[in-house]
Amino acid sequence: MKEAVAGTLESGDIMVTIGPGDGLQVNLQSSVAAQFGRQIKAVITETLEGLGIHDAHVEAVDKGALDCTIRARVTAAAVRATGKDVWKD
Amino acid sequence: MRNSKLVTLEEAIKRSGLKDGMTISFHHHFRGGDKVVNLVVDKLAQMGFKDLKLAASSLSDVHAPLIDHIKNGVITGISTSGLRGALADAISHGLMKEPVVFRSHGGRGSAIASGELKIDVAFLGASSADELGNACGYSRSENAKSICGSLGYALPDARYAKHVVVITDDLVPYPNMPMSISAADVESVVVVDSVGDSSKIAAGAIRDSKNPRDILLAKQAAKVIINSGYFEDGFSIQTGTGGASLAAVKYIREEMINRGIKASFALGGITAHMVKLHEEGLIGKLIDVQSFDKVAAESIKNDPTHQEVSAVEYASGQHLGSATHALDIVILSALEVDTQFNVNVLVGSDGIIRGAIGGHQDTAADSALSIIVCPLLRGRIPCVVPKVTTLITPGKSVDVVVTEYGIAVNPGRPEIAEKLKAAGLNIVDIKDLAAKASSIIGQPDALPFGDKVVGVVMNRDGSVLDKIYNIVE
Amino acid sequence: MMFVPGNNPGMMADAHIYGPDSIMLDLEDSVTMAEKDAARLLVHNALKTIDYGNTEMVVRINPLNTPYGKKDVEAVVKAGVHVIRMPKTETADEVRELEAEILKVETEIGRVGETKIMAAIESALGIVNAYAIATASPRMMGIALGAEDYSANLKTNRTPGGAELLLAREQIVVAARAAGICCFDTVYSNLDDMETFRKEVELIKTLGFDGKSIINPRQIEVVNSVFTPTEKEITKARAVVAAIKEAQAKGSGVIAVNGKMVDRPVVLRAERTIALAVAAGVISEEEV
Repeated sequence: MKEAVAGTLESGDIMVTIGPGDGLQVNLQSSVAAQFGRQIKAVITETLEGLGIHDAHVEAVDKGALDCTIRARVTAAAVRATGKDVWKD
Repeated sequence: MRNSKLVTLEEAIKRSGLKDGMTISFHHHFRGGDKVVNLVVDKLAQMGFKDLKLAASSLSDVHAPLIDHIKNGVITGISTSGLRGALADAISHGLMKEPVVFRSHGGRGSAIASGELKIDVAFLGASSADELGNACGYSRSENAKSICGSLGYALPDARYAKHVVVITDDLVPYPNMPMSISAADVESVVVVDSVGDSSKIAAGAIRDSKNPRDILLAKQAAKVIINSGYFEDGFSIQTGTGGASLAAVKYIREEMINRGIKASFALGGITAHMVKLHEEGLIGKLIDVQSFDKVAAESIKNDPTHQEVSAVEYASGQHLGSATHALDIVILSALEVDTQFNVNVLVGSDGIIRGAIGGHQDTAADSALSIIVCPLLRGRIPCVVPKVTTLITPGKSVDVVVTEYGIAVNPGRPEIAEKLKAAGLNIVDIKDLAAKASSIIGQPDALPFGDKVVGVVMNRDGSVLDKIYNIVE
Repeated sequence: MMFVPGNNPGMMADAHIYGPDSIMLDLEDSVTMAEKDAARLLVHNALKTIDYGNTEMVVRINPLNTPYGKKDVEAVVKAGVHVIRMPKTETADEVRELEAEILKVETEIGRVGETKIMAAIESALGIVNAYAIATASPRMMGIALGAEDYSANLKTNRTPGGAELLLAREQIVVAARAAGICCFDTVYSNLDDMETFRKEVELIKTLGFDGKSIINPRQIEVVNSVFTPTEKEITKARAVVAAIKEAQAKGSGVIAVNGKMVDRPVVLRAERTIALAVAAGVISEEEV
């Protein structure tokens, strides 16, 4: 796994950086951390585990993204980090 | 001049008889450009004062230096309409021992008039003053340095404070008339380099929007007004400063022209939009407690049918002659509305203070039709919620809530719901709006409030509405 | 049909609140090559999750001969898109190639035949083949004009009057009508000139188009106001529809309004007027 980024810092988006790690570590900065931090971290973890990734260091900067956006950005960063796409070639 | 009141700031403070523990007051007509609060409190700190109570009509981002004065014990109490920026953040985290007292503009005016809020020394910035203290929020001289227009929130202070210091950046020859603050109420006059940056009056809350969602909300709000039954010749209106509320004026104007309808007056914070309609002959009079931009400030200087009023004349609940009692329609914004139509405009969804009551309580309560315009969601922040974080305006005074997902009408106003339905508007149950919001963003976790009261929200009649607790990281 | 860039989650989250008839999430021109993968995932997840209500959801994919096209098809069909918009369509074979790709994915997920195709025609060759494209597959629901590429291909420029597009527009309407599918006009990108935009919408309505592509919610009101029938048109159409019902009730083949016989084209036009009025929300379905 190499380090890779997906997403932007625009409103409604989340920027996710994924790199090598030991176990799943998620650092989150969010404008809605008080109310949604727990849920956002859960979505990030579930998405990675769904992709079979159990060891990674994740830095996420959230600008109020919806869960579907978080899933898409985490998947995109993971695909870029591992080189393994979720679609057929 | 024989009886000149002109002195230095330090001399004025000494003359005022100010002592530790007393209450000082300020107005916020320069909004984000205000220089008077920081200037005076710095001087008071330098002179060794402690334990002062600060009664401002409002405070904003620019007043962050107060944090140090609070830490050093110079300021130990605050009452205001609102708080923003670093000061608000620090107070939300428990900076002060005494909770901040939040009042609406009408509520503050009433509290000062009734003696509930006693002011020992008022420090009132003015864009012009003569040596005797006749003062205005604009200047007619060539040396004019600043302009803020109406001094409406300063007028109760000028009238009822035990001692009044006018601070100006343009000393003009006597008599500075017509005046807002009368020399009869003023004890000292102080000249400084600058009382405020006029270019920042319109900064902060006020935005002119090209945002399509604001435009959508504005169009819906305009349709509500047009079909409400109150849109008739001679109606009166007040709008807030949100992008949608300003944009709504544009669509109302078009329909006024189409139908040949004119408004008798517009009230409140007056904006350039309202001045334009007034100058076009679509609005008879402007009643102005606060000028929200330079255009409005210039207009109050030059136009005799653009009338300055005090906070009491504007929105006092106790004085039935106040202008809000004559108001038909008000458009207001909100941080949160709940399923009981209660509104919060003060505390953010993160539990941190980030707004102001302003005239929200007053206009909602007294107007014939109050319309709240707010998006269902701001990013992931819900604006229609099961229960507001902090109660500012009770739901019984809120009639209609306009969102991009539909319009909710207070069940107490079924006749309005009928009219709007007949006009083809999308009328929905406010509980469905709250449910829609949570279906999109999920259930937010409870905020990490502590057990220290950092703010007390007063109703305009002087009763306590709600308490704000500190936020724990 | 409102275009929304496929890599902008903020705009995708609530594009439907403005009430467009359809939303086209774009994976092609508005997305840079470096972001194709991320946009595809974003569109996939948005389609699966966001409740767009009754809005028809369209995705413009990248051409199949790029490294992105086939993955786009897989991602959006799996997410249940209503319509795939194929860009730069020039021949009927290209439509059939897309149809085969769609069928592959549909078979895999077990929902065969649900995904429709809209072909964007953006070249002289495409215009010449318009009818063949329009009839290339039973999945074809419409054809659309892409004017920027088309006018470049013609070696001309776009003008406010749109003289350079006249043949293409007419050809597309004729081909669509002959094939019994819908036709949509190109975008107009100057948001500050609503007057010219309105004239263009009036023109394409006269030409027979079913709708206009737009790039900003601010344009919706103009399109709706041009396409929404006037009260007079609705009253006239209702009289015709009432006469049809009366004739049916009597078992008579002759339809008459105010004593005058009504031809079949008039009947069809009246039905279309009512359908447009219902779609625009001017009258409700119960009122018909």
